[in-house]
Amino acid sequence: MTLVLSARDVRRDYPVAGTPVHAVRGISLDVHAGEWVAIVGPSGCGKSTLLNLLGAIDRPSAGSITIAGRDVARLGDAEATRFRLTGVGFVFQRFYLMPTLTAAENVELPMAEAKVPRVEREARARELLGYVGLAGRADHRPFQLSGGEQQRVAIARALANRPALLLADEPTGELDARTGTEVIALLDRLNRDGTTIVTVTHDEELAQAARRVVHVRDGAIVDDVVRRPLPPAAPADGAARR
Amino acid sequence: MIWRLAAATLLRRRARTALTVAGVAVAAAMLLDMVMLGSGMRESFRGFVEQQGFQLRLTPRGTMPFDSEATVGGAARLADSLRAAPDIVAVAPLLGTKLFTPRAGDDSVVAGFLLGLDPATQGDYVVVEGRDLAADDELVVNANWLAATGRRIGDTVRVAQGYEPQVRRFRGARTLRVVGRARFVMLAGGERAAAVPLATAQAMGGETTRDRVSVLLVATRPGADVEAVRARIEAGEPRVSALSTAAALKFVDERLSYFRQLAFILASVSLAVGFLLVSTLVTVSVNERIGEIAVMRAIGVARGRIVAQVMGEGLVLSLAGAGLGLGLGLVTAHWLNGILAAFPGLPAAFDFFRFEPSAALRALGLLVLCGLAAGAWPAWRAATLPIARTLREEAVA
Ligand SMILES: Nc1ncnc2c1ncn2[C@@H]1O[C@H](COP(=O)(O)OP(=O)(O)OP(=O)(O)O)[C@@H](O)[C@H]1O
Ligand SMILES: [Mg+2]
Repeated sequence: MTLVLSARDVRRDYPVAGTPVHAVRGISLDVHAGEWVAIVGPSGCGKSTLLNLLGAIDRPSAGSITIAGRDVARLGDAEATRFRLTGVGFVFQRFYLMPTLTAAENVELPMAEAKVPRVEREARARELLGYVGLAGRADHRPFQLSGGEQQRVAIARALANRPALLLADEPTGELDARTGTEVIALLDRLNRDGTTIVTVTHDEELAQAARRVVHVRDGAIVDDVVRRPLPPAAPADGAARR
Repeated sequence: MIWRLAAATLLRRRARTALTVAGVAVAAAMLLDMVMLGSGMRESFRGFVEQQGFQLRLTPRGTMPFDSEATVGGAARLADSLRAAPDIVAVAPLLGTKLFTPRAGDDSVVAGFLLGLDPATQGDYVVVEGRDLAADDELVVNANWLAATGRRIGDTVRVAQGYEPQVRRFRGARTLRVVGRARFVMLAGGERAAAVPLATAQAMGGETTRDRVSVLLVATRPGADVEAVRARIEAGEPRVSALSTAAALKFVDERLSYFRQLAFILASVSLAVGFLLVSTLVTVSVNERIGEIAVMRAIGVARGRIVAQVMGEGLVLSLAGAGLGLGLGLVTAHWLNGILAAFPGLPAAFDFFRFEPSAALRALGLLVLCGLAAGAWPAWRAATLPIARTLREEAVA
């Protein structure tokens, strides 16, 4: 099994005046290619903080995070930016699409940044929108889409540059039960097609769908349950097929 | 894609963008006008002083250089003695008086300005139609005079040097023939002017102007020491003061330095206003999109691209403003020139605002640079924002 992510004794302290907040207190976690890990735990236990560290959106106070062979915690800004562009895909609770761009353009944005030729990225954006079930909405702007549709566009955007790892922070947090279920089904299909996923969630249904559930409390892992082991024919490399 | 985003940002708030561009355009117009004002007066003054081709200007001592009433007597001898000097190549005597002309077709009288001069050496007018003076009973006039009197080239008119309206009596009347139309370099816009040979003008004035002149213009030999000639004339001839063209220019330059300082200060203010306008708008627009920018950074858009996008916004605003301002500045300069040219006693050819493409381009280029610089700080702030914290703040907002 290929190790996609390996976090060792990761800490993150927020220097708040008075008493500093220890949001993540020494988390170690390995994620293998093809896994789908759901990180669950009470509000404020440090789940989002951990996910931001894994996605190189934030920097740990201590510890190392190795993703696809690189220590993400030690990257300079330019390299970290490059890593976020091509190494991971990030899905936010609030979708965060560019309101002035169409669905297709939102999906193309990371590819344009990665200098993918126009023809190629247009084709891939179309393909990805088709995959998330929004082929007919390519030219719609975010305000013309429902929350569930926007989140599916955001997932397509996160997959644009074929990242080794998809990170999602409460991807169903803003959605009602039915559209949430659609997004969960999409993540499930992605995972079955080979995408390695780490999600943070309060959503019991989402946690149930994941292969493995990691319980966090007060910035530390208290339980780690594999619910569905990887099939023996898991992809040999970490890169998602999609 | 990034440029589409920048454009979309500007278009998203059309009214705000339009207002900012309008504000920058006003600042640019002001800047341009000030640059034009800074050089216009000096250049046009130099232009017509040098056009005359005389280096010295002799006027009755104790009078203002452009006082048209004062005269000096013994003019013929004075001119001859000046001409005798080896370093003087030409002397042009001038007598300025009044001219009264009955209008064709009715009995009203048109007042104007009469210049008596030596057609061979004069530098006061340029004939644009008909011909120059060739005989004592001929008259060269300007377009204003023709329009006011209803006369035409070739007409014979009875004109006078004095007029008493109460008794409708002319003094110093003469019958002269209009032979040409000319543009008078030194005259105020709108003034009706005519020129006759010096002897004719002197004779028309009778005893008060016999052998008298208002001004003697002196041209020195090329390479001569103008200042030495000037000093010698002033020492030898106590009735006149001599002012050199260079000294006149310097004098004017000194007077105009106040104008230039004012223009410089106002131009700087315009630049500052342009800078503040653009930086305000760009700052507001960055603050408004701070979440979007954090998302772009989070999904891997490079710092440089964010900087380019924000500074591009400032650049587009200032370019559009400068472009509009160029037109606006030219229109207002033209309009202001019209108002100021009507200032009494100023020559018509005097431009307060002179458009010099290179200076205008430099000024507007500076403004565009200011716009670019105005985007630099908000751009840097946007590019270096803490991504996770900004996203968190946005989620709370
Ligand atoms: N920038 C910050 N400055 C100070 N404290 C912070 C900052 N960001 C997070 N925290 C604190 O760190 C702790 C963990 O926050 P985090 O957002 O990771 O929790 P979470 O598990 O994602 O919670 P939720 O389930 O409500 O999203 C909280 O106590 C929070 O108040
Ligand atoms: Mg959270």
